[in-house]
Amino acid sequence: MNTLLTQIINGLHVGSVYALIALGYTMVYGIVKLINFAHGDVIMVGAYAALTLLTSAALPFWAAALLAILFCAALGVTVERVAYKPLRSAPRISSLITTIGVSFFLQNSVQMLFSPTPRPFPIRINVPTLVVGNLKVSGLTFVTILVAVALMAALEMFVRRARMGKAMRAVSEDLQAAQLMGVNINTTISMTFAIGAALAAVGAILYSTAYPSVSPTMGAMPGLKAFIAAVLGGIGIMPGAMLGGFIMGVAESLTKGYISTQLSDAVVFGILIVVLLVKPSGILGRHVSEKV
Amino acid sequence: MMMLSVSGLSVAYGAIQAIHDVSFHVEKGEIVTLIGANGAGKSTILKTVSGLLRPKAGTIQFEDKQVHSLDPHRIVRMGLAQVPEGRRIFQRMTVLENLEMGAFARGGRADLSSGYESVFHSFPRLKERRGQLAGTLSGGEQQMLAMGRALMGRPRLLMLDEPSMGLSPILVEEIFRIIRQMNADGITILLVEQNAQMALSVADRAYVLETGRVVKEGGAASFMGDEAVRKAYLGL
Ligand SMILES: Nc1ncnc2c1ncn2[C@@H]1O[C@H](COP(=O)(O)OP(=O)(O)OP(=O)(O)O)[C@@H](O)[C@H]1O
Ligand SMILES: [Mg+2]
Repeated sequence: MNTLLTQIINGLHVGSVYALIALGYTMVYGIVKLINFAHGDVIMVGAYAALTLLTSAALPFWAAALLAILFCAALGVTVERVAYKPLRSAPRISSLITTIGVSFFLQNSVQMLFSPTPRPFPIRINVPTLVVGNLKVSGLTFVTILVAVALMAALEMFVRRARMGKAMRAVSEDLQAAQLMGVNINTTISMTFAIGAALAAVGAILYSTAYPSVSPTMGAMPGLKAFIAAVLGGIGIMPGAMLGGFIMGVAESLTKGYISTQLSDAVVFGILIVVLLVKPSGILGRHVSEKV
Repeated sequence: MMMLSVSGLSVAYGAIQAIHDVSFHVEKGEIVTLIGANGAGKSTILKTVSGLLRPKAGTIQFEDKQVHSLDPHRIVRMGLAQVPEGRRIFQRMTVLENLEMGAFARGGRADLSSGYESVFHSFPRLKERRGQLAGTLSGGEQQMLAMGRALMGRPRLLMLDEPSMGLSPILVEEIFRIIRQMNADGITILLVEQNAQMALSVADRAYVLETGRVVKEGGAASFMGDEAVRKAYLGL
């Protein structure tokens, strides 16, 4: 019973990281109908940024984290402006391929700057282990889940209540109608990329504290899993990304605990296939067909 | 005073030219209608005036400013609003949120409550449904919401693209009554319609559009009175 609970809590730990990253995929898709395959590499850039600020600049943890997050937000906006915006009215496939190009560009740039050799991530948060009865929860797990849930709640509030959040929802529903309301879509799209990349940076820092090895290709696997989480929950739907992330994390953790570590990825992909067979638009997806 | 002046407008979708050298104008306080059959280019003209499409040639002047190279949000913020064809309300937002989006162009500090009040005065039905998701409204209610939403922005010129489309005769009467009322309240109106008879009954002047060209223009009353025109252009 206790091991089951521990496995689930571990699953929620990694799941909350997936959920944060998945939000970036889903928000961008919601607004510009683009799968941003470079999103996973923002995780990697965020991890390197935090690493550099912690070691070379010797900043305190909170300052390094904050600057890494801001750096990623700026990177997200820049990538959109430079690489995706010129292709906004081009065929969808051109933009898709561009996102893959940006992904390679980011990986290779970091490889050139830092070498391909993985580096250890210095964990600078010391949180005491939580003990409830005879159940032990690592402090890191607790903090990760707390931070992720708080950010998701804040984001949901922003999108529901804030003027800019409502504009984002309007753009994601009908771009032209939103323009006719006086919404500046360039600002809205930039904002979306900034938020998505910032969340990925938070995910990167939380991920690196759990798996403290930083390398130029480290974004691929969490990026892919977060993408699957977004599709699983229903791409374009924010609560879907959160739900999908947690499901992925828990499924992965339970497979590792009860079946086999090697199989965990296979099980996760298996879940995706089954869900999409039953409900192609994802768990929370609207079953209306996408208007093109 | 000139409100809107379009001259020598040409618009193309890729290689297909949809609008050929179209000129028209709207005076302050007028109701002007553009009428024409399916595919004549009416919506294309409105989209271009709103900045959603870029003209190939020609100029568009709103009040005293050239607007044909501005982004749509800049044009709306100047006071030129459009109720697009097919209403295009935000289905997954509530009625109230839709109205709030309508006031977006006026900035974050705009006073919304007086806007809501006047919209609910014109469209009492929307008040009862204000907390409801807009996608659950009936077609007529959606048209009212689309018009109310545009009014929230306090436009000086309002362009309406086929507001009567798909509505029952009673609702069409209602919508046209409100268009007259909006005009009486000081809003200049450019009305696009296939329902030529209804449009001519409220308009001061009219332009007839055929395959992207203006083929006839004049006072609305003269159109109704002219047997040949009625036969040729209005199918009456
Ligand atoms: N996105 C587009 N791409 C290519 N051609 C288009 C596009 N939109 C419209 N057209 C063409 O431009 C012409 C004018 O279309 P438009 O929608 O302006 O007509 P309309 O007068 O509004 O018609 P309706 O009364 O049916 O709404 C048509 O021949 C149409 O096929
Ligand atoms: Mg039309």
